[in-house]
Amino acid sequence: MAQKLVIIGAGMASGKLLETLLDSHADAYDITLIGAEPRGNYNRIMLSPVLAGETDYQDIITHDTAWYKAHGITTRFGESVVKIDRKAKHIISANGATAYDKLVIATGSASFFIPVIGNDLPGVVGFRDLDDVEAMLAAAHTGGRAVVIGGGLLGLEAAAALHKQGMQVTVVHLMGHLMERQLDAAAGYLLQKELEARGIKVICKAQTNGIVGNGKVEAVLLEGDITLPAELVVMAAGIRPETRLATESGLHTERGIVVDDAMCTSDASIYALGECVEHDSVVYGLVAPLFDMAKVLAKTLLAEHAAFQAPMVSTKLKVTGVDLFSVGDFGEGDGREEIVFRDPGRGIYKRLILRDNRIVGIVMYGDTLDSGWFFDKLKSGEDISDTRETLIFGPAYQGGEAQDPLAVVAAMPMSAEICGCNGVCKGTIVEAIQAGATSLGAVKATTKASASCGSCAGLVEQVLAATLGDSFEMPVAAGICGCTDHSHEDIRRVIKSRALKTIPAVMQEMGWKTSCGCHICRPALNYYLICEYPLDYADDAQSRFVNERNHANIQKDGTYSVVPRMWGGMTTPAELRAIADAAEKYNVPTIHVTGGQRIDLLGVQRADLPEMWADLNAAGLVSGHAYSKGLRTVKTCVGTDHCRFGTQDSTGLGIKLEKMLWGSWTPHKVKLAVSGCPRNCAEATCKDLGVICVDSGYMVSVAGAAGMELKQTEALATVATEAEVMDLAVAFIQLYRESAAYLDRPYKWVAKVGLGWVIEQVVDDLENRAALKARFELSQSVYRKDPWAEQAKPEYQPRKWAALADLTLEAAE
Amino acid sequence: MSDWIDIAPLESIPQRGARVVKTAVGCVAIFRTADDKVFAIDDTCPHKKGPLSEGIVHGTSVTCPLHNWVISLETGMAQGADEGAVNTYEIRVENGRILLDGARLGAQTAA
Repeated sequence: MAQKLVIIGAGMASGKLLETLLDSHADAYDITLIGAEPRGNYNRIMLSPVLAGETDYQDIITHDTAWYKAHGITTRFGESVVKIDRKAKHIISANGATAYDKLVIATGSASFFIPVIGNDLPGVVGFRDLDDVEAMLAAAHTGGRAVVIGGGLLGLEAAAALHKQGMQVTVVHLMGHLMERQLDAAAGYLLQKELEARGIKVICKAQTNGIVGNGKVEAVLLEGDITLPAELVVMAAGIRPETRLATESGLHTERGIVVDDAMCTSDASIYALGECVEHDSVVYGLVAPLFDMAKVLAKTLLAEHAAFQAPMVSTKLKVTGVDLFSVGDFGEGDGREEIVFRDPGRGIYKRLILRDNRIVGIVMYGDTLDSGWFFDKLKSGEDISDTRETLIFGPAYQGGEAQDPLAVVAAMPMSAEICGCNGVCKGTIVEAIQAGATSLGAVKATTKASASCGSCAGLVEQVLAATLGDSFEMPVAAGICGCTDHSHEDIRRVIKSRALKTIPAVMQEMGWKTSCGCHICRPALNYYLICEYPLDYADDAQSRFVNERNHANIQKDGTYSVVPRMWGGMTTPAELRAIADAAEKYNVPTIHVTGGQRIDLLGVQRADLPEMWADLNAAGLVSGHAYSKGLRTVKTCVGTDHCRFGTQDSTGLGIKLEKMLWGSWTPHKVKLAVSGCPRNCAEATCKDLGVICVDSGYMVSVAGAAGMELKQTEALATVATEAEVMDLAVAFIQLYRESAAYLDRPYKWVAKVGLGWVIEQVVDDLENRAALKARFELSQSVYRKDPWAEQAKPEYQPRKWAALADLTLEAAE
Repeated sequence: MSDWIDIAPLESIPQRGARVVKTAVGCVAIFRTADDKVFAIDDTCPHKKGPLSEGIVHGTSVTCPLHNWVISLETGMAQGADEGAVNTYEIRVENGRILLDGARLGAQTAA
């Protein structure tokens, strides 16, 4: 008599197991299939298209009743197994005990419901089975708003489908970019852009604090007091292997049910497969490895030898019209190199990650036609050094031997598009070159090729080289760092013209050669985005130099210096007392008076910073920004208050200027001074902006330097009132903020753009002056605040200032 | 032999950032990259002892905040023309928790 095989769980893995088993040896077992869902086996992967209305349930059934019957399988659907009695070798369900010789657990996984208040309200659903889909379709039927928690594969498929069904959909995702397990930031950005273009709202870095509603879901609450009204909430933040039965029966389980290479659990008569198992510390959620498991287990059950091997798993997103593919290891690392191809105009991004001349990872977005070809090379571990130059272009450009890129360009047909932004093909460029446009600039001017995002400039140059031969000299790239060939000016222009609002967006659209930049380009990009989009862009602390991240100046021994602001160089006995108290309390070894009329407390331990700031805040002192690329100081003399030579209230004006400008971020540091008379005790004529008071008014001059270079300021204008000084100063600083290259002090910037142009913009053109002032004020509505007060808040202590752990304490115990 | 110590949840370190763990052998910087890889290296630049945990993290490298030496998080080696290295430590993430191998840190978990 055949042995009794009982299978718990009628999902895809067990379906594949049955097929394989019956194909090889139809009579080996007397099989009983028990499933908790009240239906047989269907293709769970296709639930997304069912939800989107692109197919229906009937079409995704893989094994119907007739099939089970024909193969002599006893099916018991809609029946939950409550216990496994391993000693007696039977399982217990509502129908009593069922004996087994061999047992297979294929209970799959359940949606992970994030542990927040309200996660059990009616209207909160997972996305695992047909019941979930039916619940979602019922909600979508009445329209309304849906919030999908989780921006991974499943969440995005649900979001796209619900949007297609007519709901207003918002995806909230905890991580920095969508599908972070499968995509790098650049591809994640493109995906987000595509979804947003369809009308799906995406919020990344979103921490869900709770779900509220009276009797049913009404809204999702995010950190930062954001409320998202919703009638439907889909939990797609992950899955949890369904291991309860196994755990309760004493089988070895970790995250999943632990199985060996033959899919055998810790009990020799019990096997497991699918999403509920853990093999070699890995839990699988995609279908290909589950099918591999099924094939292995079929052999094991037939007493043949087979071993499951962790496969390379590739990912595709089933959202109509979105092409993406990823596989392998796409992180950066030593010995790893990458080949990146970006075509911003067409929204294409391809990245191959190489190690030892072999492909180890692939990320493709927008054009995944060649994914299979690359994947083959990855799996075979083929040495690609011979074809490396043209590899990224795919199989269409692979000849029998290595080609140089120039040859590839030369081989392109005249109809090949070179500039995706402006739709310029190779033929047009060649014609222009033959008509006399023999430089990149000339080609740009006559054809508009590379005139928008500029990322095809290199290709245009190659067309020039291929057409002109030796008479064309390739210009040397003048990128801001090794990550890009673009200049600061080009980057700023493109950020503005193409409304790029995140660092990954800039890197993608401008063809960055690395996936996450470096210490040179990231701070520059962060500044440019802050300047251009003060309201929309969130400052990226991780792209800031340590001083601006920690709001203090790092010293050579790793301690910090703390400089409170003294408006216009003025202070009071109470402030001095508070500073003295702080110096004593935090054992400040050195107190120094700076050249900008401030007191510098040097040698402060990092861990003491927030408490010290809180103490200084309590006395009314705020950050002096002595560490920032921003307004540092406004130095003054005492002017008409006390000085017998003073002509105007220089201290008063200095304080007003400082209160207006403080907190603003600029391309480099900015220092001002106001002297009460031409004796110039405040040394205003070597500052970035200096004011010399005279009897008749104020002489404003700019672009001085007293550092590595020494340069006297140049006259900007002479005005009669303090109000005009303020307007000129603000307009000058804003113009500098908007057009200077990062890390150019104002004197360098003025030398590049010309003082004449600056005078036109801020002195002569009153309308422009007012517009500059308005933009500065808009930015200051966000940034005119004390960062110390923010950083000293208790919530920053555990997540920033404290050590992550202190193992020295444990060792001492 | 390994001695895995549960340090903290992965989320307690910002992406492209670092936090410090105090150990008997000095401060160890725990890095989290943009793609959620974690690395543990000495928090002391081989050049002038700068705190590497305060550097800008890019790819699997960190730039020292004092003089811009670039250190590989994977090997601890200085990159480019600079020469020097820091110690690296075994580290991994399991169930969203960062586990650090205490074997070389002079620390013992509660037995």
